[in-house]
Amino acid sequence: MLAVVAAHLGLALCLPALARYDRRLAFGAGAALLAATLVWALTQWSEALGPGVTEVVAWAPELGLSLSLRMDALALAMIVLVSGVGALIMVYAAWYFGPRSRDAPRSAALLVTFAGTMLGLVLADDLLTLYVFWELTSLASFLLVGQGGRYRENRRAAVQALVVTVSGGLAMLLGIVLLGGLSGTYAIPEITAAAHAGTLAPDRPLALAAALGLILLGALTKSAQVPFHPWLPYAMAAPTPISAYLHAASMVKAGVVLVARLGPAFAAFGVWWVPVTVLGCVTMVLGGWRALRQTDLKRLLAFGTVSQLGFLMVLFGTGSRVAALAGIAMLLAHGLFKAPLFMVVGAIDKACGTRDLRELCGLGRRRRGLAVLSTLAALSMAGLPPMLGFVGKEAAYEAFLLEGGVRGGLVLAVLVGGSLLTAAYTARFLWGAFSTKGSQPTGGDPVPPGLSGPAWLCALAGLAAGFAAPTVQELAAAYARPLPALGDPGAAQYTLALWHGVGPALLLSVVAVAGGLLLHRSGIPGSLHVRFPAPSAQRGYEAVVTGLERTAIAVTGRLQIGSLPVYLGCILAVLVALPGTMLLVGGAMPGNQQLFHSVMQVPVGLMVVVAALALTRARRRFTAVLLVGAVGYGIGGLFVIDGAPDLALAQFLVETLTLVAFVFVLRRLPAHFAEPDAGRRVRAPKVVTAACGGLLVAGMAVVLSGARTLPPSTTAPFVANAPEAGATNLISAILVDFRALDTIGEITVLLICAAGTAGLVLATRYDRRTDDARTGETVVNSGAGVPEHEKEVLG
Amino acid sequence: MTARDTSADRASGPPPEAPPERPPPGGSGRWDQPSAGWMLPGTTPDSRGRTLVLEAAARLLFPTVLVFSLYLLLEGHYGPGGGFSGGLVAGLAFVLRHIAGSEDPGAPFGIRPPVIAGTGLVIAVLTALAPVVAGDPVLSSTKWYLPLGPFGQVDVVSSLILDVGVYLLIIGVVLDLLRSLGSGIARDARAAGEHLPPGTAGGDR
Repeated sequence: MLAVVAAHLGLALCLPALARYDRRLAFGAGAALLAATLVWALTQWSEALGPGVTEVVAWAPELGLSLSLRMDALALAMIVLVSGVGALIMVYAAWYFGPRSRDAPRSAALLVTFAGTMLGLVLADDLLTLYVFWELTSLASFLLVGQGGRYRENRRAAVQALVVTVSGGLAMLLGIVLLGGLSGTYAIPEITAAAHAGTLAPDRPLALAAALGLILLGALTKSAQVPFHPWLPYAMAAPTPISAYLHAASMVKAGVVLVARLGPAFAAFGVWWVPVTVLGCVTMVLGGWRALRQTDLKRLLAFGTVSQLGFLMVLFGTGSRVAALAGIAMLLAHGLFKAPLFMVVGAIDKACGTRDLRELCGLGRRRRGLAVLSTLAALSMAGLPPMLGFVGKEAAYEAFLLEGGVRGGLVLAVLVGGSLLTAAYTARFLWGAFSTKGSQPTGGDPVPPGLSGPAWLCALAGLAAGFAAPTVQELAAAYARPLPALGDPGAAQYTLALWHGVGPALLLSVVAVAGGLLLHRSGIPGSLHVRFPAPSAQRGYEAVVTGLERTAIAVTGRLQIGSLPVYLGCILAVLVALPGTMLLVGGAMPGNQQLFHSVMQVPVGLMVVVAALALTRARRRFTAVLLVGAVGYGIGGLFVIDGAPDLALAQFLVETLTLVAFVFVLRRLPAHFAEPDAGRRVRAPKVVTAACGGLLVAGMAVVLSGARTLPPSTTAPFVANAPEAGATNLISAILVDFRALDTIGEITVLLICAAGTAGLVLATRYDRRTDDARTGETVVNSGAGVPEHEKEVLG
Repeated sequence: MTARDTSADRASGPPPEAPPERPPPGGSGRWDQPSAGWMLPGTTPDSRGRTLVLEAAARLLFPTVLVFSLYLLLEGHYGPGGGFSGGLVAGLAFVLRHIAGSEDPGAPFGIRPPVIAGTGLVIAVLTALAPVVAGDPVLSSTKWYLPLGPFGQVDVVSSLILDVGVYLLIIGVVLDLLRSLGSGIARDARAAGEHLPPGTAGGDR
């Protein structure tokens, strides 16, 4: 399985080159790989529905990290969407982007990358593995939504999607680590087993609640639940194939998948199902309501997606068997109807140059194929037979009818209300896209088969799946096996089927669809939207972002004032406040302090002390630097006396280099420090801070050295192993062998420092050497302000 | 340390004399220029900024110190030294060249400092990852014995390659500092109309 994921990422690396040769070939290669993945997954159908196919690769065993993948029913259902629908969308994209598009090479590679990471996400059987792929999908979606970054709208949408989903993802990482600490493992099956057995941190309910809450935060942001939903409609700035793939079939389903994945374990916990169900219900109604106001067809569908995601959350969050069956059916149905609808909108956009439903007119008569195709998909969305959407919706009603009680009743009412809104915006979509509203018919270019074909396949798959309800039932039952039937014999036997006979569920379907049509006909939503504008969560997001910026400006405005004394003062104050307090609270002064070990220490020590004291009296910067150098060399001398030639050598060399660097910089600074007669109000705080800092460091040196009585336990193995490492110099063996990872980290820091310094100093000036064609001489243009530089900076 | 110094410094504006003109690069050689390009870089400031003693000393010392730094690098496993110290010593040799008058002490070698530093880091990281190919954990080291015929044999520890990476990186970092803090600041000063011969400390003239 890992090989399949790797194949996606590998192919993605090759695609830009391939796309330069031929754009359509690149998309075709991606589609072929995705289709092959689907076939490969379907060949493992029976095993996946039974015990599941697992694969574990040790990653960092000492940290408990492993790449665990497992194909089970839920993964299989998602692969149908990610790879199956994905392959169709790749074909669609080949025609959508056209043979000459500048965005195509990038998009082709990123779409395949995205498919690979999404595949890893749905297959992940370990919370850390899941998290890695989770964030990779966020990054890939950022790059896809942002496109080349040429348009402000794309950039803003991409940043918003990234900020919302990644901050949720970071919260989720916290939750995962917390949960892993509580259960002692990151493997999902083990966590599930522990949760069922009741052994999952029974004595620490608060920590468990916090962990689950944080994990849910990740799921809710990723799946655009209220109040995190605005990023999804805004992400519609992306080209249509990307919207269709990310926001219909795959990425936004990630949160649903997470809830579905962990639902069997935690659905019994109130801290899990209450927020999922409540927010899911609110999202379903709000998304449907907002969809009724949209005039852009794509945004209408986007709010519809928000609504459907809320629906899915409710189904997977409640943790009953029938709801889970309905959840799998709706998961598949949503992918199979939303993707073709998006594709149709893209085709309309291409053919008419607009997707505003106020401008579209008479398209239904002129493009009958598109209209039939859209109706087919829309039937599934509205929950009409014989589509898969109908099967799922029936099961959803049935689940809460069977459950009964207060929760069942309330949720059922919301689901019916939400479905009513769904039917209403479905009608609005069809009416908006295809009806004859004005006198000026729009559009007319025939839609190329590359754009309509994949949508047809997708919509027909939704129809076929409706008739193949027993197969879907097999898949869903395998997922729902561990879930309780809530003590109801009817629920234990319920199966997904196209026709359950006339019953309360069918009645509710009729109510929802008929009510939705009436609502659309009546025109009430329009007037209500005008009278009661819904509170906009987008404004909340903007307020948070602006507030953060304001805070940052306020903080930097007060702290980064360009005064070195203030910076040093801040650092020293923190040092005194945190480690200093700990030292006073927990430190113990060792009793056996000797004045000196060897006589040679006395003069060198005195030199250091004298230099340090003289430093406080220095008025000239150069003198001060020299005195700092004297202190450093004195300390190097102390190293020599104590028998540490390696340290001494390094100390001398670094001291020399520092001195040189100081001297370089001093050339640009005034020779003297501030006026010697600066007032007491300036000097007193400086003196106090510096004295406290100095005393603290000295005290720490004494106290910490007193905490150790013997050579540390790690020293002995170092000494014993040094000859084996080929070194008689123990320090060197430690640096390049035993602790070589530290060394690599340190030199990386050095490189970053040098690059940062060079960047700061040379930012505005660099040489541009050009060979003058006429004279053959090398011309050097230096510094900022040369026209070439201006061009370079401004792009 | 007196009030006179302070006022003199504060009053110091741009000096009256114009910045020294640099000899055209690649122009006709001067009589006192070394024939080997790497011994002392071509652009030494004319007249006032030059200290011939320092230049001559730098010419003699530079190769010697480089050899010494290599010795430190190789000796590191058996005595004081190693990649860090060796790299710093080599870096200081370049500092000497810079102070003796070179604008860009690494230039004659034709490699830009960030490239040297980056190469060092790449070598270090590859050394760390290389054992993975053989199925060993990251950063594990091994020892090779190179038979040298009549001269006996030499033990080479694989972590020496890591040390070489550190050595190169440190040289690159020092050269980068010279480029930015040394020549860069000097050029800034010249652009601002102040005259700063390379290698002098401001305000202490």
